[in-house]
Amino acid sequence: MSIAFDQPALSALSKAPSNPLRGRARSLASYLQAAPLALILGFFLLLPLVMIVVVSFWDYDFAQMYPDFVTFNYSETLTSWVTWKTYLNTLKYAALVWILTTTIGFTVAYFLAFHIRTTAMQTVLFLVCTVPFLTSNIIRMISWIPVLGRNGLINSSLIESGLVASPVEWLLYSDFAVVLAMVHLYTLFMVTPIFNTLMRIDRALIEAARDAGASGPQILWNVVLPLAKPGIAIGTIFVVTLVMADFSTVQVMSGGQSASVALMMKNQMSLLQYPAAAANAVVLLLLVLVMVGALLRIVDIRKEL
Amino acid sequence: MSKAAVIDIASVSKIYGQTTAVNAISLKIPAGTYCCLLGPSGCGKTSTLRMIAGHEAISSGDIRLGNAVVTDLPPARRGTAMMFQSYALFPHLDLVDNVAFSLKMKGSPKDERRARALEMLKLMQMDAYATRRPAQLSGGQQQRVALARALITDPEALLLDEPLSALDPFLKVRMRAELKKLQKSLGITFVHVTHSQEEAMALADLIVVMNNGRIEQAAIPRTVFERPATAFVARFMGDHNVVSGRVTECRDGLVSVEVAQGGRFKGVGAGEETGALADLAIRIDHVRIGEPAEPGLGFTGTVQNIEYRGASVKLSVAGAGLDEFTAILSDKHFFAHPVSVGDAVPLCWEPADSILLGRLDS
Repeated sequence: MSIAFDQPALSALSKAPSNPLRGRARSLASYLQAAPLALILGFFLLLPLVMIVVVSFWDYDFAQMYPDFVTFNYSETLTSWVTWKTYLNTLKYAALVWILTTTIGFTVAYFLAFHIRTTAMQTVLFLVCTVPFLTSNIIRMISWIPVLGRNGLINSSLIESGLVASPVEWLLYSDFAVVLAMVHLYTLFMVTPIFNTLMRIDRALIEAARDAGASGPQILWNVVLPLAKPGIAIGTIFVVTLVMADFSTVQVMSGGQSASVALMMKNQMSLLQYPAAAANAVVLLLLVLVMVGALLRIVDIRKEL
Repeated sequence: MSKAAVIDIASVSKIYGQTTAVNAISLKIPAGTYCCLLGPSGCGKTSTLRMIAGHEAISSGDIRLGNAVVTDLPPARRGTAMMFQSYALFPHLDLVDNVAFSLKMKGSPKDERRARALEMLKLMQMDAYATRRPAQLSGGQQQRVALARALITDPEALLLDEPLSALDPFLKVRMRAELKKLQKSLGITFVHVTHSQEEAMALADLIVVMNNGRIEQAAIPRTVFERPATAFVARFMGDHNVVSGRVTECRDGLVSVEVAQGGRFKGVGAGEETGALADLAIRIDHVRIGEPAEPGLGFTGTVQNIEYRGASVKLSVAGAGLDEFTAILSDKHFFAHPVSVGDAVPLCWEPADSILLGRLDS
C-alpha cells in the first residue's frame, strides 16, 4: 500500500532534473533574480571604486588631469607630516567618539532591554531615541552653536550665576565641540545593534547567574557584556566608519581649526587636485578595511546577521 | 556530601496583580526526598519551585529550609541550586567555565575552581568534552553539564524545572533513571516540576498534585495511584473513571451515588449526607465484562471505541448517564469474549475498586 503511494512522488522527483531544458531555464531564472542587485552594486559601488583607484595613479596640474601611471600621489601623501598629523587627529576623534558612544549606547540599550518591561513601552522609547533623526545632520550640528557659543546658553548662564568671569572659550570651535556633536549624531548607531543583541539574551541566563551567586555588576561583566559583544562590534563598525569619513562636523564644529582626513580630501578636491584626493581616499579605505577586518577577527558577528 | 534539608512551605501564596498563581499552600518535604510537583500547565507548580529557589518573591507565607527561614534570602544564600528548563548554560563559556561559574563569582582562584569543575564534569562523565561550548552538545549532554553546574555549589536541595521536557522520548527514560540514581547517591532533597504522570510515578518518593494554585494531594506514588484524593487527581492520573452525582444512600461503609438522568453506583466511603454532590473513582483496569454481582457495581453500555494496545485492549463505553467510561481489559480476557463497536456490553467491578473521592473546600 505504502509503496503505491510513494511511487508517483518519487518519479516526479527523479524526472525534474533529467529534463535539460527545464534545468537551463531554472538556472537562467536564478541569474535574473540576482541581476538587479549585481547591477546596482556594480554601477554604484564597484565602478566608482575602480575609477578612484585608476585616477589615483594619474598626473595632474592646476587645470587638468592626465591619464598616466605615476605613484607620486601616494608618495606625496604618505611622506607629508601634515597627512600623518591629520590621520592621527582623525583616529583620536574616532577613539574618543567610540568610547563615548559605546558607553552611552550600551547604557541606553541595557535600560531599554532589561528595565522596560512592556514591548509597547520599549518601542515608544526607542522611537523617542530616533526623533533627532527627523532633522538633517547639518541642522542638528548647527543647533549646538547657540548653546555652546561665546554668548550662548551655557556661557551666559555661567556668567549670570557668577561661576566664571569671562566666557568659556573651549566650548565651541574646539575638539570638545567636534566630539560632542559626533557623539550626538552617532550614538543611535550604537544603541540599535546593542539593543538587538541584548533582546536576544535568554533571561534564564540572568537567573542562572543569580542562582550561582553573581551580584548585579558580576552578571553585567560576566554574562551580559560578553553576550553583547557582537552588537557592540556592529555598532563599532558603523561609528568608526562614519567618524573616519566625516568632514562636515569637523569643519563646522571646529570652526576650521581642526582637520580630518575627509576634510583634507575635500580641500584637495576644491583645488581640483582630484588624483591626490583619490590617492588619499584609497589609503583611508584600506585603513578602515584593516580596522574592520581586525575587529571581525576578534568578534564573531555572524550570528547577528 | 550528604546534608539534605527539610523544605517546609507554610501557607505560601503568589499573587500576580489580580491573579492568584499559588493559593496558600502548605507542604513539608522531608530531607532526602525525591519530590515531584505534578500538574497541568498554569497550576502553580513552577511558581512554587521558583519561590523555593528565590527567583520569585513570596506574596505571603514562609519557606524554611532546614532550620533557616529563607523567605527573604537571595537564591545563592538559600542552600538551593536550580536547574532550568532550557538548562540556561552560558553560550559564551566552555563547559569548565560554565560549571566553575559560581566558584568564580565567589572569588576562588582560577586553578582551584577549574580543578573542581573538572572533577564535577568527571562525575557526570562529561570531562571528555570539557573545552567545548554548550552549543556543541546534545540535549542529554547539556543536561549533565547543567546538573554539574548546579551541584558544584554543594546544595542541600536541588530544584529542577521540567528537566526532561526538552529531550526526546528515548533519552527521557534514560535521563530519568540517571536522575533517580544521582539523587540516591547524593542523598539530597530533589524537587522536580513536571506535567507527566509517568515521570512523577517513576521518580518520586512524594508526589504533590497541584491544580489552580492549590495542592490536591501530596502522598507517595502508590497512594496517589490507588486512592486519589479528589476527582481532579483521579482524572489527571488517568487510571480511574470518575462518576459524579448526588448521594442517595450511605450504609455499611458503602455510598450510593445517582448520576443525573442515569444509573446508581456504589463505592467505598462513609459520612456523606444524602443529596450532597459526590464523586466515585472506579479503576479502569479492574473493570471486567460480565453481569454485576449486585446493583451499583456495574452497568450495561454501548461500545463507542476499541483501542488495541497489545497486552491490553481499551474499551470506551457510554451508558447509564455516563458519556465516557473506560475499561482496560487484558488481551486474553477480551479475545475470550470479543465485542465490537456498537455492541451493548455489561460491565462490572468489585466493591473495593470503586472509592468515594473527597472534595477541596473552596
